[in-house]
Amino acid sequence: MQVNKTRYAQLTEGLKPEEMLINMGPQHPSTHGVLRLELITDGEIVKEVIPHMGYLHRCFEKHCESLTYQQIIPFVDRMDYLASMNNDHAFVMGVERMMGIDKDIPKRVEYIRVLVCELNRISSHLIAIGIYGIDIGAFTPFLWCFRDREHIMNMLEWASGSRMLYNYIWVGGLFYDLPVGFEERCTEFIAYFKPKLSELNQLLTDNQIFIGRTAGIGVLPLDVAINYGCSGPMLRGSGLKWDLRRVDEYSVYPELEFDIPVGRGEMGKTGDCWDRYKIRTDEIAESIRIIEQCLERLQKELKRSPEFDPRAKLPKKIIPKEQDFYIRAENPKGELGYYFICDGKTEIPKRVKARAPSFNNLSVLPEISRGVLIADLVAILGSIDIVLGEVDR
Amino acid sequence: MNFNEIKDLLTDKFGQGVISAIEPMGLQPALLINPELIVQVCEELRDNNKTWFDFLSCLSGVDHGPEKNKFEIVYHLASIPHKLQLVLKTIKEHDRNSETLPSFHTVSGVWRTAEWHEREAFDLLGIHFEGHPDLRRILLPDDWEGYPLRKDYLAAEEYKGIKIN
Repeated sequence: MQVNKTRYAQLTEGLKPEEMLINMGPQHPSTHGVLRLELITDGEIVKEVIPHMGYLHRCFEKHCESLTYQQIIPFVDRMDYLASMNNDHAFVMGVERMMGIDKDIPKRVEYIRVLVCELNRISSHLIAIGIYGIDIGAFTPFLWCFRDREHIMNMLEWASGSRMLYNYIWVGGLFYDLPVGFEERCTEFIAYFKPKLSELNQLLTDNQIFIGRTAGIGVLPLDVAINYGCSGPMLRGSGLKWDLRRVDEYSVYPELEFDIPVGRGEMGKTGDCWDRYKIRTDEIAESIRIIEQCLERLQKELKRSPEFDPRAKLPKKIIPKEQDFYIRAENPKGELGYYFICDGKTEIPKRVKARAPSFNNLSVLPEISRGVLIADLVAILGSIDIVLGEVDR
Repeated sequence: MNFNEIKDLLTDKFGQGVISAIEPMGLQPALLINPELIVQVCEELRDNNKTWFDFLSCLSGVDHGPEKNKFEIVYHLASIPHKLQLVLKTIKEHDRNSETLPSFHTVSGVWRTAEWHEREAFDLLGIHFEGHPDLRRILLPDDWEGYPLRKDYLAAEEYKGIKIN
């Protein structure tokens, strides 16, 4: 069938005497999971990078063809396992729109969803920053980030019963209302966390060694980013104000005030590793703003009442009409999309395809790491912030 | 630009034959594009200053099952300057028991996003993309037999002596 040689064959056959083929991964700590990078090197210079994925492939799409929509939600959790709430939210929104019940969801439910999603976004970005520090060689930020993330995980565990894979947002509502006292504890956490964030900035953002390792490295021009389908902090780091929370105005985001940070090349060039890192720290601050607004409304006009039932709008049977539908939402890593095909007769979708942000963000790696040092490749890969559960699905 | 204007733009440029049908089902209507013209259509939609579909959100392969014997590629485009979204589809009939794979033209030259998505469609559904620069399996091992997302796929008994159940 294939007449022409693949690019892979052209690259790996007939290496020159000075070139060497090195495998980085699948168990290398800087690959953040089980990713194997095949490097063609000349001394310390990386000439070509060939990523090999699939070590964590769990047949998500095949499983979806034999499960009902409600049963798929726990599987969705396991895609980007650092941001389960956001995965759930996107999936549930898609099913609700297909059912035509997205306008009937009570306001309190929507605000709780946004609240837990933004908490999850902070914890996902904290991991990205902490692990990035460790990739570069700074150990302290890692410990500080994990210490603060633990508070978020404890809170979300309190709400959902699970530490990482929440299955909390359901089609038409929520698993349970927030536990009594959650809002107060969350307010306390925000008061505790705000000074910690500026401490974290002092550790990394203004750190000359960190700037030296990341500024001007792995510059991703905007046209390349768009052409490769990069999204989230990758795209914004290259200087484009593109956030689906604002573009698509889903859920209650239009009622909330927040800014979209973009990369400006403060330390080096626009779109370098430092810009991508800075976007994440700025987004944590924006998420805090969103959480504060949510908490205020959840404690005032949308206060909890004995009559409130987060499961009141749960459909008895989830059978969308015959159609296909693509939903996209802003995950901490970028544009998360689900493509559904429903036959209109059963509770089981005919096909679900997940468009994972990490999958597309990773595909740009060979393009931006030609001719860099091996040590810089680690810096570039860390700045992309991939989650292999999502790349391999 | 709305959906009908995009449709008129394409028929003006490529003639009536370019759009074989419109699928108005549900919330997102789709244009069914002639498979032979898909690359030109995508290039036009990307470069025309009225549409500027510069971002390929998603590319999905679909198997319609052994009864219909049809394979489909669905393109979800997004335009960042105009904040538009569009769904394109191409469909081909193919006898799944034949030696060859169903074959579509690659759009990886239009958007590089398509490169990995097409590899995934090749890997899981066995759809060949003509002119693709690097068509290899992406998620499954290179020596895997069969295409798991096809509706008539039967799970293998074992893989390299490891039982599958």
